[in-house]
Amino acid sequence: MQDEVLIDAKGMQRYYNHYCALKAVDIRLKKGEVLGLLGPNGAGKSTTMQILTGNLAPSRGEIRIKGIDLLEQPQKAKQHIGYLPERPPLYRDMRVDEYLNYCAKLRAIPTREQKAALEKAKSHCGLTQVGRRLITNLSKGFQQRVGIAQAILHTPDIIILDEPTVGLDPIQIQEIRTLIQELGKNHSVILSTHILPEVQAVCDRVQIIHEGSTVFDDSLSQLEQGQSDSVLLCRFAQAIDTDKLNQLKHIEVVQVDNQARNCYQIQHQVGKNIVPAICQLAQQENWEIQALSPQRITLEQIFMNLIHGEKDMENLAVESV
Amino acid sequence: MNSILTIANSEFQRLFRSPLAWSLLATVQFILAWLFLNNVEEYLLYIQPKLVGVDHAPGVTEVVVSSLYTSIGIIMLAIMPILTMRAFAEERMNGTLTLLLSAPISVSQIVLGKYCGLMAFIFLMIAMLSLMPFSLLLTTQLDIGMILSSILGLSLLLASFAAAGLFLSSLTKQPIIAAMSSFGLLLFLVILYLSGSSQSGNSSLFIYLSHFSHFLSFLQGIFDSSDFIYYLLFSLGFLILTIRKLDNDRLHGG
Repeated sequence: MQDEVLIDAKGMQRYYNHYCALKAVDIRLKKGEVLGLLGPNGAGKSTTMQILTGNLAPSRGEIRIKGIDLLEQPQKAKQHIGYLPERPPLYRDMRVDEYLNYCAKLRAIPTREQKAALEKAKSHCGLTQVGRRLITNLSKGFQQRVGIAQAILHTPDIIILDEPTVGLDPIQIQEIRTLIQELGKNHSVILSTHILPEVQAVCDRVQIIHEGSTVFDDSLSQLEQGQSDSVLLCRFAQAIDTDKLNQLKHIEVVQVDNQARNCYQIQHQVGKNIVPAICQLAQQENWEIQALSPQRITLEQIFMNLIHGEKDMENLAVESV
Repeated sequence: MNSILTIANSEFQRLFRSPLAWSLLATVQFILAWLFLNNVEEYLLYIQPKLVGVDHAPGVTEVVVSSLYTSIGIIMLAIMPILTMRAFAEERMNGTLTLLLSAPISVSQIVLGKYCGLMAFIFLMIAMLSLMPFSLLLTTQLDIGMILSSILGLSLLLASFAAAGLFLSSLTKQPIIAAMSSFGLLLFLVILYLSGSSQSGNSSLFIYLSHFSHFLSFLQGIFDSSDFIYYLLFSLGFLILTIRKLDNDRLHGG
């Protein structure tokens, strides 16, 4: 049952009055998958998540959570979802334990199991020490963890996290990411963010949303395999004659990356090793190579290319259905 | 049913987490105690001597207790908006409404839970205030039936205040706006009574529509089922409006 589809949302559309925030977005989430929803501000990520969690009704479209129609049986479907909205929904005048206890009751966890569920969620999120403290006195990172604990309390199959690392310091970000990776082992996770390295760090699959439609949907590993070595970054001690480089076999374009530091971007055919040829040429011409590294295509580039509509990434873009 | 109790319980407890509930209880108790003492003193010194020998003279219950419950009703006009303003406006402002909306419970359960929590607090307040008239039992005889009828009337009156306040709180994100508009609405219903019973603009329709006219018969110890139904419909109507409003937010985006 590894391929069981937990979320199957088709043609989700959402209008705010006359403004169309989502134009027919599809989301499919399989068991054990960590899906990153990516997009600039206002792309429709939060709207998508609100629809998936039943906080907003779609103007059109169908959403099935584990085969249960979210619109027809919202209460049954919501039982399978844990949701951390952009702002964690915390009652700041409560203690951590009281708050989680209340959440457990709202989620209708049987009284006998509540205590165990609470302890598990707390130890998972590193909250064991702060159970007696008032939420308002906790740091932002800990408040975020309480928000996550609330989302995983009832061990849902699907966890939906809306920008979980916003406003945290680098150490906290790292901790939350580790936590999300951990969660990904036993649950399916949808994560929205506009921070690209975050997606690279934790997600199996990326879906980029821009202006309300899906512009990219693929797995990260595939992306990296296919595209990782087509550009080499090369730094020399002195300025060089790019024409000579251009004449080498398999090399397509040589561009100056950084004039002052003598950095060059060498685009070459995928899968060809051009390093020996470059080294040979450098030796002949007496160029001193200071650094040579393959430039991995980053999500950043895909993102920029997709959003600014550049041609060379067209093969990557998946048309939205 | 369980979720309603869970929400009601948490609402009730959360009221006491902030100084708000404590200070409200203390202030209201203090002011009304002052009024009550004043009434008792006046009754003992001036009214009772005059009533000696009069047939069917009003007793202490009618003079002191009824006026106390009228005062409670009037003071609660100002207090109730403060209690109800937080209900949905504050949750929306802090983003905590999402917690309730993404939990596997229906909107009606959320609204009823909030309402029950609020009513629990109101009953507590009424119980504390009713200790004052009952304390007279130590020294004199009281018309218990009349007091109970007053308590019932007050409970119904405050239940209708609470339902209206809850609805107005569901309309906005700002608690203070919710409070102002609830106060405005409640005051308007009193004004309706005043203008209906004024000499120039005597209108039985206005009197009928107003809260207070229905409250007055309870104070006289009369249980009129039409008054009872008025409050029931009033409260139910606003609760249904609140549920509709929250459901609508999901469709149109709050």
